[in-house]
Amino acid sequence: MTGSLAAPLNWALPGAMLLLVLAMLLTLVRLLRGPTAQDRVLALDGMYLNGMLLMLVLAMHYQSNVYFEAALLIALFGCVGTTAMAKFLLRGEVIE
Amino acid sequence: MNAADLPLWVQWLVALLALAGASVALLGSWGVVRLKTYYERVHAPAIIATMGCWLVMWASVVFYSATGDGPALYTLLIAIFIAVTVPISTIFLMRAALFRDRRAHRDVPPSMSGNKSTRTPPHKQSAATADPS
Repeated sequence: MTGSLAAPLNWALPGAMLLLVLAMLLTLVRLLRGPTAQDRVLALDGMYLNGMLLMLVLAMHYQSNVYFEAALLIALFGCVGTTAMAKFLLRGEVIE
Repeated sequence: MNAADLPLWVQWLVALLALAGASVALLGSWGVVRLKTYYERVHAPAIIATMGCWLVMWASVVFYSATGDGPALYTLLIAIFIAVTVPISTIFLMRAALFRDRRAHRDVPPSMSGNKSTRTPPHKQSAATADPS
């Protein structure tokens, strides 16, 4: 008990990772089940946000900047991907 | 500096911020699964992009500022980027969903600017007007 109170990062960061993985699994349920295409795109949107947060927590856990750059790239391309898929649902093609 | 050498209050602050952010993200993802209609579900990832993202981001800023030399504000870059881009992609997704529901004649409010669901695309419009003559 004193060990867990003296070093909270040892269990808090893996705990946060566990919660984020559970969150990703929940969005995966919506991705697989979602009745319409826009539900699936929405689930993917939530999933990349969760994945990005997971990368940030991993960066803190391993004290490595590589994960931070991965998180930045996920944030960048997740937005582009969601917008492109929404455009596809709207018009039937991405670039007109 | 190693993470174990940090002052205890910094470790607790980082731990609580990270756990709170992850819990909020779990809450938002649960909303994506649990809410009934699409137009309720579309709001659920916003809680991940605002509260969850910012809490984890502050945990990261506190952690890197304590382990590094000075204030490490570069993680705020991601949060600001997310805050700018997520509303845009959500609005695009919302418009696409409304468009598809109007096409399928589901019970959604009509378009404010003309009836888009039956409007012909611009490249077919000239042919359609030229046809009767």
